Amino acid sequence: MFGDVPGFLRTILEGASTTLAVTAGGIVFATVMSFVAGLAMLAPARSVRAVSRIYVEVWRGTSEIVQLFWIFLALPILVGIQLVPLWAGILVIGLNGGAYGAEIVRGAVQAVPRAQREGAVALNLSPFDRMRRVVLPQALVDMVPPFNNLFIQLLKGSALVSLVFLQDLTFQAQAVVLPTNTDQALTILTLLLLVYLALSIVITAAMRFLERWAAALVGRQPSTRSREVALSGGAA
Amino acid sequence: MIRFDKVVKRFGDNVVLRELDFQVRPGEHVCLIGPSGSGKTTILRLLMTLERVDSGTIDVGGECLTHMQHRGKRVPADEKHLRTVRKRIGMVFQQFNLFPNMKVLQNLTEAPVRVLGLSRDQAEQRALELLEMVGLRDRADAHPSQLSGGQQQRVAIARALAMHPDVLLLDEVTSALDPELVADVLNVLKDIAKTTDITMLIVTHEMGFAQDVADRVLMFDQGRVVEQAAPGKLFTDPDQQRTRDFLRAVLERR
Ligand SMILES: Nc1ncnc2c1ncn2[C@@H]1O[C@H](COP(=O)(O)OP(=O)(O)OP(=O)(O)O)[C@@H](O)[C@H]1O
Ligand SMILES: [Mg+2]
Repeated sequence: MFGDVPGFLRTILEGASTTLAVTAGGIVFATVMSFVAGLAMLAPARSVRAVSRIYVEVWRGTSEIVQLFWIFLALPILVGIQLVPLWAGILVIGLNGGAYGAEIVRGAVQAVPRAQREGAVALNLSPFDRMRRVVLPQALVDMVPPFNNLFIQLLKGSALVSLVFLQDLTFQAQAVVLPTNTDQALTILTLLLLVYLALSIVITAAMRFLERWAAALVGRQPSTRSREVALSGGAA
Repeated sequence: MIRFDKVVKRFGDNVVLRELDFQVRPGEHVCLIGPSGSGKTTILRLLMTLERVDSGTIDVGGECLTHMQHRGKRVPADEKHLRTVRKRIGMVFQQFNLFPNMKVLQNLTEAPVRVLGLSRDQAEQRALELLEMVGLRDRADAHPSQLSGGQQQRVAIARALAMHPDVLLLDEVTSALDPELVADVLNVLKDIAKTTDITMLIVTHEMGFAQDVADRVLMFDQGRVVEQAAPGKLFTDPDQQRTRDFLRAVLERR
């Protein structure tokens, strides 16, 4: 009654490389954008803060699907560049994730006690070294659990790229397996859910490792609170 | 070495320093005492450039800390100017403020390497000498969180000295410590007072310690110097009623 489970799975997994590429690329790009925009929101120069704030509000406040079509369809018209669908997917997922990640970075940096900055000022460290050597390493620990949530959301959001005909996991399930096995919809979609679940568990495991490393860096155990946040999936 | 000239500092409507004038000579050890909220910490924070004056000027070693010349005009100091004046000044905080992301040794070498341009070897050698002096050479590889409060504070003192300051600011450096840990820290400070020519500005409630190290004690109240004298005189025979009241209150608290 479950149909050809191994066969379904095999076909779905043919989309794994695309999902992984879009997710991994999106995570890397989103992380870079998070730090750039998050630190820019704390810059002394008002104009820098404003640009960063506009980026965050625009990308956070508009629909991801519309963003994707926009990049995919509007860019060629506006600037004459037709992005390869894979790059368009990574770009949208990265820019979108970066808008959320920026707030994570800003919040964690601001949460570092003022006394730590003042200790660094008293040693006459430059503003750059204060941030890079004292504040950021301490902020890192608190960033990891919310970034874990964000990355899992990026993974799930990567399914969007099936809409621009990228053959990811969702595309394989929905456009390849499903049409010829409509009576097995429940099995196929359950398999798809389980594949995404497995991938998100991999991300969480990696982030746990990262969190332990970051906590050891500042000589403390990962706080139970931050672990709860990570597990509950509460928005950062 | 230090000169406050009509310094005014307010937080909102709260005027903390009212046209404060005072001077400290090179090598002098001056203790600041006074009731809570009288502005002692604010004075040290102004010197460390952690706060800005509202008016008046502060000079350190003949250099103006609060202002600089820009195109022939006198303007508030910018970060670049502050960094040149800060070279002369070190501070030890009540809560130590060691960097938890660095081991003890690196807490002491970070700034000398990045700011003074020492090689890592030179910086480590100097750091170990300073740790030896504060009695913690064997804890160089520890994390700050593995040390007691008293040990952390001694590391913080060594860290400040690693920058070769002309002026050392100490803000109630023992008041966050358990009583049995206070003596070790004070002994380190007495040692520094005796063996170096560093100018020291010390906020403390430890009157015995002040008696030992201070050349002069300044009594503050409401942002003004109420009275100043050598510790022998001020602690035993103060001129002002407010000083007498304050000293009695401190003695009763212990
Ligand atoms: N960042 C700040 N914002 C607002 N008010 C402040 C700030 N820092 C200090 N004050 C106020 O300035 C006054 C002087 O504070 P300061 O810390 O200099 O006193 P203090 O003499 O060091 O007192 P204590 O003995 O309790 O340490 C207090 O009334 C305090 O509330
Ligand atoms: Mg104080």
